[in-house]
Amino acid sequence: MSDVTAQDTKRKRSLVGRDPWTTPLDEIDLAHPGIWQANEFLPFLSRLRQDDPVHYCADSPLGPYWSVMKYKDIMTMEAAPHIFSSEPTIGIVDVIPEFTLPMFIAMDPPKHEEQRKTVQGVVAPANLKNLEGLIRQRVTTILDALPKDETFNWVELVSRDLTTQMLATLFDFPFEDRHKLTYWSDVATAIPGAGLIDSYEEGFEILKECLAYFSRLWQERASKPPGNDLISMLAHGEATRNMPPREFLGNLILLIVGGNDTTRNSISGGVLALNENPQEYQKLRDNPALIPSMVSEIIRWQTPLAYMRRTAKVDIELGGKNIRAGDKILMWYASANRDTDAIENPDDFIIDRPRARQHLSFGFGIHRCMGNRLAEMQLRVLWEEISKRFDKVEVVGEPVRIYSSFVKGYTDLPVMIRSSAIKSAAG
Amino acid sequence: MTRITYIEHDGTEHSIDASNGDSVMEAAIKNLVPGIDADCGGACSCGTCHVFVDDAWLQAVGEPGEFEEPMLDINPERSANSRLSCQIDINDDLDGLVVRLPEFQF
Ligand code: HEM
Ligand code: FES
Repeated sequence: MSDVTAQDTKRKRSLVGRDPWTTPLDEIDLAHPGIWQANEFLPFLSRLRQDDPVHYCADSPLGPYWSVMKYKDIMTMEAAPHIFSSEPTIGIVDVIPEFTLPMFIAMDPPKHEEQRKTVQGVVAPANLKNLEGLIRQRVTTILDALPKDETFNWVELVSRDLTTQMLATLFDFPFEDRHKLTYWSDVATAIPGAGLIDSYEEGFEILKECLAYFSRLWQERASKPPGNDLISMLAHGEATRNMPPREFLGNLILLIVGGNDTTRNSISGGVLALNENPQEYQKLRDNPALIPSMVSEIIRWQTPLAYMRRTAKVDIELGGKNIRAGDKILMWYASANRDTDAIENPDDFIIDRPRARQHLSFGFGIHRCMGNRLAEMQLRVLWEEISKRFDKVEVVGEPVRIYSSFVKGYTDLPVMIRSSAIKSAAG
Repeated sequence: MTRITYIEHDGTEHSIDASNGDSVMEAAIKNLVPGIDADCGGACSCGTCHVFVDDAWLQAVGEPGEFEEPMLDINPERSANSRLSCQIDINDDLDGLVVRLPEFQF
């Protein structure tokens, strides 16, 4: 168990400013957030992919762990949940059982499938068709209100707000209270001492408010005919109708957290990637039909979750290394998505890449992201509406990245929409 | 050569001559049959190569494998004749096989 606070980790063992190719392998601690925030992580990923693709970090503030860097090794793990367990948790920090909610992302078969089955219908493509119109409406409102000819933070005015609104739509959550959703999501993932909460106890108390709020909505929906939103589906579903409160809360938090930072950071990442690759931005202007494949490429390029953790259930050999039962293993999607053995020119952002969905940002196997089609739909609708309105959303300052090796994203992305880039109403 | 027929959700039929040893997924991709995504490239790890096997062929195709079963299980459109097409290897016994494609891959 770790009692390490964000402050502690910050002081220790940062790799920022060090040469990735001469740093001794045993000093490389990829899970330290420093290089992620400083945007210096890519060469360290290349180094390990080349020199030590199944790497052991013996000495980390969060305890020893393995790093798996290659696409094919991660695929091997994803296909073997009986060996590489998602229990007790999928983050590097070990959990405190009494403050941990049951969520199927951190369950193994057969319980995982039983639980996932009960909620996945809500984000299945057939149901997404019903949601698309509403999401387009919300995108339109946000885009039409953006300031012109002045610098603003894209993360705040677009990525964050839009993701919150989309979550509210998914739950048919009272619109005026929608910021509670983002707040609960932040609380659920917060590290005590890093700013938002001081202790796990405090976080848990806050999440009880979340439970109370949703329980009210549940009662209300249960007494009405079945609707298309998630709560109604849970309240009427055969398998979920009698879900115990802790499980109900766990599933809610999973859906809120799962679709929050990830989508938000893909929305920001796309603007950044297009600005860094002007020839690709031109391709998009010339041919908006590329949007669906561009969306997949953005998600690969951004890799909003850098890794997922597994725990070995038995002694097992992987890439020539002997992993012992109980060891922590991080599958670095951020590395696999840049693996030349699996993806051609992986460091290039190519919006018309063939087989663009062949990336690891959603994971693979039984835990493959349940919201993957929803995330893609949201991004597609957003880019369709942006393309109708603006020739360019121009990045005009340095992005500020999140201090985390797990959630890959941004707190600030200064942009400007110039009047000269606004399309005439005809478009 | 083994004859395989894919029927899209809207009824469009594609009959192709497939090579033995390929999977039903690979044969579809090679012959540009739409409706199969195969994001994981045949590793039984994405579920986006979902097909419904025509009832007449269920016996010949056989039951889902040990690792295929949980992948099918998490698909909301799963039915009794669901299979992952990357897990069906083509051989002479499947000459004439008919599979239907779902409206969406998930
Ligand atoms: C670009 C956006 C997204 C990315 C990159 C992403 C990434 C991921 C990844 C990597 C996993 C695999 C976890 C594992 O293997 O341990 C996952 C699982 C999951 N995601 Fe997403 N996600 C995104 C959007 C969403 C959205 C919008 C939702 C909302 C419904 C969502 C809900 C879930 C759920 C419920 C799981 C657990 C699945 C399971 O364990 O069976 N995700 N996601
Ligand atoms: S191609 Fe991924 S499961 Fe068949």
